[in-house]
Amino acid sequence: MKADEITWVKSPEFGVMDQIFLPAIFTGLVTTLTHMGSTLFGPKKDVVTQQFPEQRPHLPANYRGVHRLNRDDEGRVKCVACYMCSTACPAHCIDIVAAPSPWPDREKYPEVFVIDELRCIYCGMCEQACPVDAIELTTLYDLTGHSREEMIFNKEKLLSVFDKTVAMGTDPIRTTHGRLGVASEPASSGVTGSSSMQT
Amino acid sequence: MATVYINDKAVDIGDKKLNLVQAAELAGVTIPHYCYHPALSVVASCRMCLVEVGEKKPDGTVVMQPRVIPACQTPAKDNTVIQTATAKSKSAQAQTLESILLNHPLDCPVCDKAGECKLQDYSYNYGNSESRMVDDKNTPPNKPDLGNNISLFTDRCIMCSRCVRFTREISGTAELHVINRGSHAEIDIFPTEPLNNKLASNVVDLCPVGALASKDFLYTHRVWNLKTQDSVCAGCSTGCSIHLDTNKNVVYRLRPRENPNAQGYFMCDDGRLGYHYVNSSNRISKPNLKLDSGADISSWKDIMLSLRSELKAVASKNASGVAAMLSPFLTVEEGFLLATFIKSISPKAKLVLGPVPVVGEDDHYPKTRGSVPVNVKFTIRNEKCPNKKGIEEVIKHFEGEVVLVSDYLNKNSPDALFIAAGYQGEEVSWFDNNLLSQFKKIKLLITQDLFPSALTDASKYVIPSAAFSEKEGTFVNFAGLAQELHWACVPLKQVRTDGQVYLDLLERKGLLQAANIRDEISKSIPYFSRLAGGKLGSDGIHLVNLA
Repeated sequence: MKADEITWVKSPEFGVMDQIFLPAIFTGLVTTLTHMGSTLFGPKKDVVTQQFPEQRPHLPANYRGVHRLNRDDEGRVKCVACYMCSTACPAHCIDIVAAPSPWPDREKYPEVFVIDELRCIYCGMCEQACPVDAIELTTLYDLTGHSREEMIFNKEKLLSVFDKTVAMGTDPIRTTHGRLGVASEPASSGVTGSSSMQT
Repeated sequence: MATVYINDKAVDIGDKKLNLVQAAELAGVTIPHYCYHPALSVVASCRMCLVEVGEKKPDGTVVMQPRVIPACQTPAKDNTVIQTATAKSKSAQAQTLESILLNHPLDCPVCDKAGECKLQDYSYNYGNSESRMVDDKNTPPNKPDLGNNISLFTDRCIMCSRCVRFTREISGTAELHVINRGSHAEIDIFPTEPLNNKLASNVVDLCPVGALASKDFLYTHRVWNLKTQDSVCAGCSTGCSIHLDTNKNVVYRLRPRENPNAQGYFMCDDGRLGYHYVNSSNRISKPNLKLDSGADISSWKDIMLSLRSELKAVASKNASGVAAMLSPFLTVEEGFLLATFIKSISPKAKLVLGPVPVVGEDDHYPKTRGSVPVNVKFTIRNEKCPNKKGIEEVIKHFEGEVVLVSDYLNKNSPDALFIAAGYQGEEVSWFDNNLLSQFKKIKLLITQDLFPSALTDASKYVIPSAAFSEKEGTFVNFAGLAQELHWACVPLKQVRTDGQVYLDLLERKGLLQAANIRDEISKSIPYFSRLAGGKLGSDGIHLVNLA
């Protein structure tokens, strides 16, 4: 970038009205009172306040809550135990033990898959790293438990989160993609080449 | 004198007979290659090393050949010019990779080689990001039972034939061969002839992709999590240089480390797979002193004090009543420190050599039809200990002669015996019943070992020993090559390395610094004079001139 392309912007200087802050406070109060007024007297669609926990919020699908381990068409765990998520994880909260898979269409599966939900920082890096879309963060946000041990989720529990969120309809199955092998083919060229994992 | 020009950089290769890959290496330029390996014959079949080659004429003009040429098969001569970064060379590399990747399944996430795979590295550095392949890929079935320790993922193979040449040229057993032709070519074994020779697992290291996998390591760990430390195999007196791959104090695998002074490029399966005892949960985890009252003490401080005073008490009654057994599994430093300690207790104390495990005969490779080995490329020694030579020299220095512990106990009956064992292996006991009964006659037995045994049960003092992966020191192989061990794991909480125990017994302050002790040894024992300074480098130092 050249020097003449740079525009230097100065932050506006504080005037007397800004320094006493009161006008800003009143402007803020007007917003609050407007919302209050519309909640009390306005039409129902304008109501801003939610009656949590009686009323549950609708979170966007990309909200990063509790993890789930997805199942494939046959109900088996989709994960191929490649350790990409645990490698990407900045909090080191994922522990995997791989084993030869009992199924003929893949070589490796996770014998143990454990996430320490207390250690996790819910950054979603595991989701991005996964080459088979096996791990996802759901919109479940109110995670509670009585002990630390309870918050260490094993494979069965993570699969049950999948079952639960799919049944609730909050986090439907987003993709049926998730077989290894198409890394080098461009998606647009309509390539049908064998993308399945070989035995 | 010959000068080779690599990417316009002049390199003097002297009188060496090199190919262009090696010559470029001297100039710091990597020519990518799969099928070429310095220990194997050249076949130039992978075509990865195609480069532009030309010649500098006496008048200074450069004439390039019109086509690209395999660098591994072309000898470097005076005035050869190599261009690896021109459009022609680069397009040859990219096209070769595209061709190699046509049938490759790209299952990197589940492939054990991912992270140390030459196909990944070269694709990243020299390849295209897209494939123009529109047909279905070949999916030949895997061969999980290629050998007891080897599994073949057939679809990942790029047909470099390194494994085939290894079994023909190095092991001489020729189990592997190529079946079928063209894009259907596969590596296979002959029916009922699995790949089970003692050098078999080297094909896993040789394989530049993830086709050949070691069943011992398969799926146990991803390679990018491993930390690598240079070390020496403790399996036999060949003393192969190795890489020790560990993570979080667990040894996951041993790999041969190239060392022209020691073994070359390879190692045997006995050594490679013989490390599991290191991770065993049965190892002695704390020191123990059995009091006469039947109580046990396991505090290092108390045990050290009591051990020293008890040995001194024995020596004051009978100056030659103290003896120590030095096993050939100790490092030179440990042997020296223990010998110094025992001699400081009583100058008349006796140092003897522990039993030297010997199994069969030396095993020479390549295997030939005749009984006499010719053109030996690898030898598995029958002496199954890493440092007999070094310990013998230490004992010779203090005693003048080397006496085996069994011979010594046949003629003498000491009052106290310090047994520094540390023999590797969990299943096999290093002493027989005769030796055990001789040990049991001794009043004060001090045993330092890796695993509990009938001997540790009979000993008053039991001191845990550290495995080769946990200590620093020097091993001297059969030919007098001194090589350095580096620790890769921390011993269990209550375990001190053998050398540290002797240092503490000598009441010397601080932690064991192997390099300092080596320097000390070089000054007091003439045989080890070349260890002066304490630095051995990665290839080790020959202590005596080779014949």
